[in-house]
Amino acid sequence: MILQTPILALLLAAALSNAVALWTAWFGLRVLRGWDIASGSRAQLRLERRTGLASTLFGFVMLIQIAALLLFVFNADRMATLFVGAMCAVGTLNVNAYGFPALYLKIAVFFAASLWLILDRVDRQGRDYPLTRLKFSGALLIAPLVLTGAGTELAFFLGLKTDVITSCCSKMFTPANDGIAAEMTGTAPATALWFLGLAGVAVAATGTVSLAAARLQWLFALAGGVFFAAALTAIVSVISLYVYDHPNHHCPFCLLQREYGYVGYALYVPLFAGTALAMGAGLLSLFAGTGSLATVLPGALRRLVWASLICHGLFGAVVLSVIATSRLVLFG
Amino acid sequence: MTPGLRRQRALAEYTLAAMARRRGKNIGLVAVYAAVVFFVASAMLFSAALRREAAIVLSEAPELVVQNLLMGRHELMPGAAVETLAGIRGVAGAQGRLWGYFYDRVNGANYTLMVPFDPALIPPAGAAIFGEAIPRTRDHPWLGAPLFLSRHPGDLVRFNAAGQLTAAQGLVSSDLILIGEADFRAFFGLPPEVYTDIAVTIRNPREIDTIVQKAEALLPDARFVTRDEILRTYQKIFSWREGILVALAGASILAFAIFAAEKASGLSADEAREIGILKAIGWDMRDVIAMKLWEGGLVSVGAFLAGTVAAYLHVFAFGAALFAPVLKGWSVIYPDFPLAPEIDGIEMTALFFLTVLPYLAATLVPIWRIASADPDQVMR
Repeated sequence: MILQTPILALLLAAALSNAVALWTAWFGLRVLRGWDIASGSRAQLRLERRTGLASTLFGFVMLIQIAALLLFVFNADRMATLFVGAMCAVGTLNVNAYGFPALYLKIAVFFAASLWLILDRVDRQGRDYPLTRLKFSGALLIAPLVLTGAGTELAFFLGLKTDVITSCCSKMFTPANDGIAAEMTGTAPATALWFLGLAGVAVAATGTVSLAAARLQWLFALAGGVFFAAALTAIVSVISLYVYDHPNHHCPFCLLQREYGYVGYALYVPLFAGTALAMGAGLLSLFAGTGSLATVLPGALRRLVWASLICHGLFGAVVLSVIATSRLVLFG
Repeated sequence: MTPGLRRQRALAEYTLAAMARRRGKNIGLVAVYAAVVFFVASAMLFSAALRREAAIVLSEAPELVVQNLLMGRHELMPGAAVETLAGIRGVAGAQGRLWGYFYDRVNGANYTLMVPFDPALIPPAGAAIFGEAIPRTRDHPWLGAPLFLSRHPGDLVRFNAAGQLTAAQGLVSSDLILIGEADFRAFFGLPPEVYTDIAVTIRNPREIDTIVQKAEALLPDARFVTRDEILRTYQKIFSWREGILVALAGASILAFAIFAAEKASGLSADEAREIGILKAIGWDMRDVIAMKLWEGGLVSVGAFLAGTVAAYLHVFAFGAALFAPVLKGWSVIYPDFPLAPEIDGIEMTALFFLTVLPYLAATLVPIWRIASADPDQVMR
């Protein structure tokens, strides 16, 4: 099954990412050991030059990883027709034991990559590269994640046997099972919507406060994280029902299909982007006192919070329009 | 406009002007790049169109086909099995099908002879409805000329033309000859009350597996082929052929990446002087890298668009003349069918990954090497 074009593309991306991640990790070790911005030695100058290359390459890989998450999900959804019993991406990911771990690792890499890119961008604006050490320790942590992700993905693709009977999403997202998917499915629609609404209010409030007071961005990040959990629960528990016009179909992956106007992408892209930006703002706020960043950071933080708020707003608008245009009546 | 955006706009403007100064070299690079994209994109667009065609054709097929087996080979189906299958709960209808192949020694082609279910399509006795390829390959002198088939030397059976099938469903109907049941049995010497196989329609697709289980118990010698299995097989075959072509294209992508890396690292005297001057007047490494990235981006996007548009025209306007024999498979009378043009996101994303990533990866290190060198070193 490996000779499918999207799979070849993903494997190519994984191979490039692995090579760069390994090299950056090795280079990161040298930075951690020898970085001294005050020194004018030849070794330090060479290191400074190379950080330019390492940041560009690693940034490039992080962008690839973000795009690869989309391609991976899109491909899993498309391949569902090839497996007995599969109706959407869930069936494909369930064909062997590596499918869902590969997806979770890809999501983890997505968030790590977003945070790293935000750090990198701010670091480049400071005159003395104040975050360089932190950035490369981050790269050291992300590299194993990228490698594990690529390995899991390869195992998943190599293990795609079409004679396996896989299970459909209706078997997985049902309150009758154990586990977190079932818990999310079993949450009462009203509870999930209230929870989502409250989390939305919290995001708006903390966002406004952090914009007005130019601090407390960590609180905004926290609210963003809570909102993310609330949004995923609400999607499984109630929003999917509205999309499908069906009181029992809870699948968060069928949303990505053409039958439903690809509405899943309209929900997930702003949600993931908004969460990553909020977390980035929280992370950056930790360096508010750092010397050369003092002039740059407030502007960067404000932009991040604004961008995150816009993404959250988009997500909310999509949710409201889904509920408004649905023919399903759940309440009243 | 924010300062960041203004900077990018200025860089883009500068890069475009600089590229225009070396027009010949850049056009050459884009042309080679576009050729690589064209190859991969043609293979992808064409096989995707074939997959869609197969899915559209099969959407009309019965949910389940039951064939009789004898010694592991396909056998004629006794008529009684039709009643047996129709009696299973959940089966909307079962009908015995009559179809067979005929090898035409005149042109070396294989025809499919079939008795249609649709009463409107059943021709009168002694007449037949032909697929669009048959009059073409038999050089019929005029439209509606009768068809003569010879089963063995000295034998000649005449079928008057009762009509011709359109090319709309060309993938399956171009070699088809529709005749009446009596003519069919007489032509092949088939006894009454046997069928080639049985088509079973099932109202609820979720019940297919259960119905197959029940039918297996009733007809233990039979083989059951569901529509989903056929569809899956087609999807796999076409995807696999596409994958083979793309993997083969890997060699040319690699060759192109090496070419691009060479080109990016070997600077002409002109370019070296230009970068030296830029650095001398105060550009730093990041500005030069950003400028070079703009250059790579413009080249990539230009080549990607040119290659994809050319591939689109190649596949949908010129019938993929270069790849058709590999991807379609081959036969004496291959259907001549127009492909429905369509482009979809996943293919374009995969294509972008496969062609643009290697280029960017191959040029990033040489770019950095140039950008980080000292001005006097570059100019010397």
